[in-house]
Amino acid sequence: MERKHAIFPARVGIIFLTPAILFVIVFLLYPFVRVFLLSFTNQTLLGTTAPNPEFVGLDNYRHLFNPDRWMRLGEFGSALKITTQFVVGSALIGQAGMGMLIAWAFYRKRGVLREVVFTLVILAWIIPETVVAFTWVAFLDWEFGTLNSVLETVGLGRPDWLFERPLQSIILFNSWRGTAFSMLLFSGALETIPPSYVETAEVVGATAWQKFRDIFFPLLRGHILTDLILITLWTFNVFTPFLLTGGGPAKRTEVVSIYTYRTAFMGRHEFGKGSSIAVVMMLINLGLALIYLASIRRRRAT
Amino acid sequence: MSRSKFLTLLLVTVLALGALNIGLVQAQEPVKVTITCRCVVGGVNHNLAVWLTTFTIPTFEEAMAAQGTPIDVELVEFGGGDEQLKEQYALDLSVGSGYDIISFDGFWVPEFVGAGLLKPLAEVVGPEVNDWEGWGHISDGIQAILSYQGERYGIPAGTDVRQIFYRKDLFEQAGIALPWQPTSWEEVLDTARTLKEAGIETPLQVNAGTAMGEATTMQGYFMVLLGAGHHLYDFDDGKWIIKSQGILDTLNFYKTVYVDEGLGDARMQLLQDGRNRSFVGFRDGQIAMLVEGDWFWRSVIAPGSETAVENRNEVVGWAMMPAKEPGAGYRGQDFVSISGGTGWLINPNTPHPKEAWAFLSYMSSRDQVRAFELMQPRISFRDDVEVAGDPVMTAMANALLQYSTVRPMLPEYPLISTEIQLMTERVVSGEMSPEEAMDAFAEAVTEIAGADNVKTLE
Amino acid sequence: MNSFVIRSWLARGLLFAFSVVIAASFVTPLLWLITAPFNTQANLAVTIPTNPSLANFEAVYHNKFAMRALFQNNLIIGGGVMVLVAGVATMASYGLSRTHVPGRDVLVYVLILFSSVVSGTAAMVPIFLLVFRLGLIDTYAGVILVMTGGLLPSAIFIMRDFIDSIPRSYEEAALVCGASSLRVFRDVALPMVRPGVVVVAIWAFVNAWGAFLIPSVLLRSPDRMPASIASYSFYTEAGTPNLTLLSAYAFLYTIPVLVLYLIVNWRFGFRFFGGIKS
Repeated sequence: MERKHAIFPARVGIIFLTPAILFVIVFLLYPFVRVFLLSFTNQTLLGTTAPNPEFVGLDNYRHLFNPDRWMRLGEFGSALKITTQFVVGSALIGQAGMGMLIAWAFYRKRGVLREVVFTLVILAWIIPETVVAFTWVAFLDWEFGTLNSVLETVGLGRPDWLFERPLQSIILFNSWRGTAFSMLLFSGALETIPPSYVETAEVVGATAWQKFRDIFFPLLRGHILTDLILITLWTFNVFTPFLLTGGGPAKRTEVVSIYTYRTAFMGRHEFGKGSSIAVVMMLINLGLALIYLASIRRRRAT
Repeated sequence: MSRSKFLTLLLVTVLALGALNIGLVQAQEPVKVTITCRCVVGGVNHNLAVWLTTFTIPTFEEAMAAQGTPIDVELVEFGGGDEQLKEQYALDLSVGSGYDIISFDGFWVPEFVGAGLLKPLAEVVGPEVNDWEGWGHISDGIQAILSYQGERYGIPAGTDVRQIFYRKDLFEQAGIALPWQPTSWEEVLDTARTLKEAGIETPLQVNAGTAMGEATTMQGYFMVLLGAGHHLYDFDDGKWIIKSQGILDTLNFYKTVYVDEGLGDARMQLLQDGRNRSFVGFRDGQIAMLVEGDWFWRSVIAPGSETAVENRNEVVGWAMMPAKEPGAGYRGQDFVSISGGTGWLINPNTPHPKEAWAFLSYMSSRDQVRAFELMQPRISFRDDVEVAGDPVMTAMANALLQYSTVRPMLPEYPLISTEIQLMTERVVSGEMSPEEAMDAFAEAVTEIAGADNVKTLE
Repeated sequence: MNSFVIRSWLARGLLFAFSVVIAASFVTPLLWLITAPFNTQANLAVTIPTNPSLANFEAVYHNKFAMRALFQNNLIIGGGVMVLVAGVATMASYGLSRTHVPGRDVLVYVLILFSSVVSGTAAMVPIFLLVFRLGLIDTYAGVILVMTGGLLPSAIFIMRDFIDSIPRSYEEAALVCGASSLRVFRDVALPMVRPGVVVVAIWAFVNAWGAFLIPSVLLRSPDRMPASIASYSFYTEAGTPNLTLLSAYAFLYTIPVLVLYLIVNWRFGFRFFGGIKS
């Protein structure tokens, strides 16, 4: 990508950035630092550790990774495992895959079909959380849900989604919910390709695969990467599945965001511990981003 | 007019207005008191909101104005969920703010007091609270709902009892004799088996699992545990009981019902909206026996509710929950029940404690409570107010209050309750055996309460 | 017919079939939302009501608290967040694009990471304490400012591509003619990035419309509660939902964002980046 040059001196740029800088310092940096510091205490909102919190060093972190039981259902290790499955299924395969597919299918096409599809996909994204959760509980209901009515008519039986396949249920749900974001990101990325490249390729008789390999992928690698990072981050932090399964049955769909909620918001409101979870998650996401970036750089080198 | 005359006139006018103003202030400035609860006119707990806004508050304000000490009372409706209300209370109290009179679930009191967020009534208002006439009409057991470490923190508003509700029509269908009052667990289980053979989908439902929260611990676990012989906490010793034959018996009861014989629907206990499903199931005749509390009768299946049972009085019966065997229950009882309760507290941060107390005591006086009772019959916390218009409610209260006990009022209780829910969940889902689940429970509670505060019963 | 024509018909047919499958998959889960509100016996099934009626809506209307929440508070909060996020993010992206800021992309990503921590449940108590110290508890301003802070990094990320793609020639020309930087921004650049601003505005509005966590922590008066919280007033005291009322309320809750999106899409087109073809 070309390096863009500046047209204003730094002094002017600061003026434009000032409101954002203020917001970031007051409402992002300050709370973040507080959360970071809290992760080293046993602060709670209720109970006797509320008025007298103690500094506990890395105890909260150690407790998260306690080897004796951390993979037990309801503990952090289990939450991580479930979240990973959830992210791979929903973010990578579901959202990114589906989003890319739709963006690609409608690349450079206009018309009613595109408008209808895009609108419906986006609809799934903009409907308020609480409403969407409700409609999906109804949709997935074993006895009365629409999904099972449809599946039964085509002879695929009536799986007990929320009870026997809870992870599949939330993956399905979140893919449905999040496809729009990926679709819009990839659609936008595709539009940055100069049409002349594609037209030339078509004139020469290139197949879809060749077009993909020689034009789209090289030009869009950077875009696809940053989009994947964002989609993964969003999926790691999404909380709406809680309204569907509550993290159950029996903690089987307790992704990390739900585990954090249970720690920081219920019971004694142990937000010291909750903060440590948030910090760990941030580090994991940072690590993933670095891995993504490194893999791209390596490919560029070869 | 000359300059000096004008200035004099101005001065006199200002002084006059000033004097008038001061006079006005002294005579008329009303004191503002706020009260909040989870109640919304046209929404949740509609009756409570209506009683406050159309009856209690206006009559109180009138009386105070006539007395020359005007007090303005404002109801702040809260339309969120219970957990959110608790969260708001915790946050507000922690920074020294919050509304003046707050509705509170009794078992939250210890953890709030432990966090230094609440103070006893006598400290907030003054020693005169102990002279209130109402205390003489409220039993010690009910006063205990909002008491902690011997101090009163608020005035109770209601309590409840728990029992087995059953569908008489389904029982008839299965050929079971009515009225039905089992005297042992085996009888309950046998009845369930008979119902199962007669084709009833889910004969018995006893709450388990974390999705139902405190409803699991109270209507489920405690109702069985108390029948197995002991409480969760040894009140004499001051220790939590973490391992015992009683706990094993309880877990095995769950296992029999849900895992071994399919007398209950485990699925319902593990789904997020299980409680609602159990209500719907009872309404639609899929569940024959449900262990619930008296609000189930007066609110959930009452006419007008979404889960109302048609011809409730003919179709639904109730029975006391038996101990494992006669005499084997807690305190040697044949039957068991446990009561929760809610009430109203006065915020220690209130700028107007005396006025808040004036309203609170007024609101809890006999006539006011009677008016509410007429709107919504329920177990009354004052002995001079009877349950109005519903003989079934009266019968429940008379039968069960004597057997009832309460939760241990300690800051650790809510955490331990969560462990209980987890324990039942593990057994009902088949994930762990009763022994394993009890071991996990023991480990968790030891960590919560400290090794010095737990014991095992042989 | 030659193979090219056949291939293009096949491609069209394939696209049509694909569209139908996608459209159906995305619409089916929503069917409950359009049938249940009109059904006085609503349950979890999708049934065409035999006697469609507006009774549920009427009952919902009587809940003044919930009505005010939706038709007043959601609009205020949504509108405030929308304007603030769009304005601040556009200015900031512009600044980042038109001046040399080292490590710009990394900076934005790090801020996005921070925002993910700060929007989570763990940060709610620190946020409460911060807003309390600012004296903004139970105010619209408190909620709007906190939400804006959380959404800003992602908004800047979205705007960045839009602004980067716009050729600088016009602005440079204007600068040469002696225009001040603010004038250049307002009169030259802004009209060109309008589609991007619109996207960010709608995205911010939608986020604020559905927000639950932050309002529940920062708001107290029933007069200020948004619809997401007011939904719980349609639950019973036992915590079970009143499906008939809840479905009607959910329906009302959804309509405004839907209508807004449709209008904006029709008028401006809704897509990320792609406003200007170079």
